[in-house]
Amino acid sequence: MSDLLSLIIAKYNYWLYVILMMIGLYAMIAKNNLIKKIVGMNIFQTAIILFYVSIGYKTNATIPIIKSADTGHGMVVRAADYINPLTSCLMLTAIVVSVATFGFAMALTVRIYRRYQTLEEDELRMRLSE
Amino acid sequence: MKLLAFIVVSLTGALLLYGTAEFPDWGDPNSPASLHVSNYYIEKTYEETHAPNFVTAVVTDYRGFDTMFETAVIFCAGLGCFLLLRDFREKKEYFYRHIPTGVILHVKDGKKKITTGKEFEYMDKDWVPQDLINRTACRILIPFIQIYAMYVVAHGDYSPGGGFQGGVIFGSSLILLAISYDLQTLVERIREKLLGILAATGVLIYAGIAAICMPMGGNFLDYGKLAPLLPAGSHVRALGMLGVEIGVGIAVMAIMVIIYINIVSVGRHDEGL
Amino acid sequence: MDNYPVLIVVAPFMTALFAGLFIWIEERLSYPIVLTGLAVSVFSAVNVLLRVIASGTIQYNMAGWPPPIGIEYRIDLLNAMVLCLVSGVAFLNLIASYRSVQQEISDRTGAYYTVYNLFITGLLGVTITGDLFNLYVLIEITSLTSYAQVAMGDRDRGPLASLNYIFIGVIGASFYLLGVGYLYMFTGSLNMVDVAVIIKDSQGSSTVLVAFILCILGVWIKMALFPMHVWLPNAYSYSPVVFSRAVAPLMTKVMVYVMIRLMITVFGYDYLFQKLQISDAVVWVATIAVLAGGIMALAQKNLKKMLAYIIVCEIGYMVGGAWLGNRLGMTGAILHIMNDALMTFALFLGVGNMIYRQKSVDLTDLRGLFGKMPWTMGGFVLAALSIIGVPPTCGFFSKWYLLLGAFEKGAYHFAAALIISSLICAVLFFRVFEICFFEPMPHGHENLHSHGIIEEAPVSMLVVSGIVSFFLIFAGLYSGTIVNTIILPFLG
Repeated sequence: MSDLLSLIIAKYNYWLYVILMMIGLYAMIAKNNLIKKIVGMNIFQTAIILFYVSIGYKTNATIPIIKSADTGHGMVVRAADYINPLTSCLMLTAIVVSVATFGFAMALTVRIYRRYQTLEEDELRMRLSE
Repeated sequence: MKLLAFIVVSLTGALLLYGTAEFPDWGDPNSPASLHVSNYYIEKTYEETHAPNFVTAVVTDYRGFDTMFETAVIFCAGLGCFLLLRDFREKKEYFYRHIPTGVILHVKDGKKKITTGKEFEYMDKDWVPQDLINRTACRILIPFIQIYAMYVVAHGDYSPGGGFQGGVIFGSSLILLAISYDLQTLVERIREKLLGILAATGVLIYAGIAAICMPMGGNFLDYGKLAPLLPAGSHVRALGMLGVEIGVGIAVMAIMVIIYINIVSVGRHDEGL
Repeated sequence: MDNYPVLIVVAPFMTALFAGLFIWIEERLSYPIVLTGLAVSVFSAVNVLLRVIASGTIQYNMAGWPPPIGIEYRIDLLNAMVLCLVSGVAFLNLIASYRSVQQEISDRTGAYYTVYNLFITGLLGVTITGDLFNLYVLIEITSLTSYAQVAMGDRDRGPLASLNYIFIGVIGASFYLLGVGYLYMFTGSLNMVDVAVIIKDSQGSSTVLVAFILCILGVWIKMALFPMHVWLPNAYSYSPVVFSRAVAPLMTKVMVYVMIRLMITVFGYDYLFQKLQISDAVVWVATIAVLAGGIMALAQKNLKKMLAYIIVCEIGYMVGGAWLGNRLGMTGAILHIMNDALMTFALFLGVGNMIYRQKSVDLTDLRGLFGKMPWTMGGFVLAALSIIGVPPTCGFFSKWYLLLGAFEKGAYHFAAALIISSLICAVLFFRVFEICFFEPMPHGHENLHSHGIIEEAPVSMLVVSGIVSFFLIFAGLYSGTIVNTIILPFLG
């Protein structure tokens, strides 16, 4: 038991990301309202961002912007002083993708609402089968 | 459906957690992820590109090709909203307020338009613009937000910031204008045509700077080969980054506003939140 | 250093942006701009293919940074072939669909062409790249543009089909992204070859296993392998003609390519077939996909939907062939990527011509179509024969390799599914032919029949149909050459 506990404490942020992601996935599959599904989708994508940012973190390191002391000639930049810049860079892309998908999905719901006057999936299905 | 969802979610969650079992501890500076490529970026970036912000250097130089397509993703979203929602049909009815008396006129014939000015002002059907305090506060704030946005873009390779962030801030200042006044005010100031051109131009600036490197004898995106064009000495790569950041900023700003306008007015560009 | 590899992707990309600019200036110029971009792309792709055949793998480093620091394009025989295919089909489709676009999306053609070229850019970029994360970004471009294009189709059902496609597409792409994250966690690199070198010696790691499962699941969702296919039929059949013609041959095939790339280049045969031993299970899934796709196709009343289910069935062929784990099966799968793209393109060209003339392609509306559109139907029949697998059309040869692979592996269930699905396709298409040929035309169409040539599709569409039909036979007759010069050297 204490093994498991220490395992969780050492990696709690990974556990958190999985829980957050599963909340999003559950909302995407089980919810009936389209907006709720889209919000679930956003949570799902945000969880991935949390995961990547956790990968890049290092203890006792600072943000990846060079300190002014290191900019002189002959100064050595120590990698352990800065957190991993690559994951932040990748997540910039992922954020943009999730924003784009979110915006587009919102535009679609506007279209659907204008056509059917509802965003509940079961009602939409009824309207379609008519 | 709920049960099925629960089973799927539990299985996926268990799989993901199983994968984390062998992960190095959180924040371990010796994890493989923080050693291989990441160290190269941290140690060599300043020497090679003269950009103190490593993230910006990675985003726009080492992995600049990703970022170009990332801008394209945003461009796709804006274009998609335009294609889906834009409705060019004329509106049927208008509302005007007679300013001195506060009487509201309802014009049911869309062709009869009242010229707005000192006497009449245009009104939304169901959105009442906020009152004087909000308008004044926002009017004072907006120029500062915009200056700050430009600072964030221009200072992207020295401090946290960059094209996306600056572009979003600039776009939000315009959206604030629409919220504090009304949509009509924004659309009159920045025409749809201008926004469309800015969006495409922004991405084209990025792709163009990247493409110019090819006839200059380098690979695609190789800013180092721009040295004959830009008298910047060893800072030529940082300058190339600044150029693409500006392009990204313009594109993101325009697209944020396009998405906003199209969604709130359901493509009519006349009224909305 | 010449820049043909990057031109393949950047030419359609930049022309798409110029077309986006010209929406606001002179919309009529969008079409020639976009077409030029695709022409440059085709030219570069063929050029690159010839050079790869002559002198081996080409590497191109973005911004001059060597991998794994920068992003790398690594073009071997497999990508080069798929690149030619994608750019060629996209180019021909744009020529054929000029009138369809005018008919269906009349008021915003410029914006549509922009989206179309961005979609093709995405597909080309997915195919050419040697970087795991770059692949993700380009998958997202293809996805976003296809969501937009699906939504522009059928006014009632298009947006809903598109929204469902978004949900499933996001899950698929996110799984892939997570898988890449797990791989990055383990290796610290994003370059495919680099990752492959690092994980070679650590096959027991649970992180690699989960990364593998996530990546493959994500790709399967994106390619609509049964039972993850639910989004595909609606998305493909409610979209505009020009889009279904491009997406049906290309999207799933490119995703199959991604799967093969992950299998061969990143995880490696040893890991998949020696360590994991899951190939039997996957071949069973593929078998079920083949049969289920065929049976669901039988139940359809609409030609476009029927073809969509046939695509589900064809995906089963390729996945099964790739997972048989022997050279013959993999050869069949790769050859089938090319052949299936050509066949599906030819079929959808025919369907597009029918829709252009008579709007609806419910099976009952097809009566007497042979008389009205003989040339269109000629192309359609040839493509259908190819899907069924009649020699000397190309469909026969890839199926032959798949069958040989199945027998070598002893996977008789897969072989049986291949034969049964061919029979199902035969039944399906002969039902269609019967309706088109023998059943009398509905009332009110007799007078049109008297000058039947007027009912035939425009010449631009027919010429493209003719070219593709030629390629169907050509690829069949020369399939031995293709296998010997491209596929076998690639498999090594």
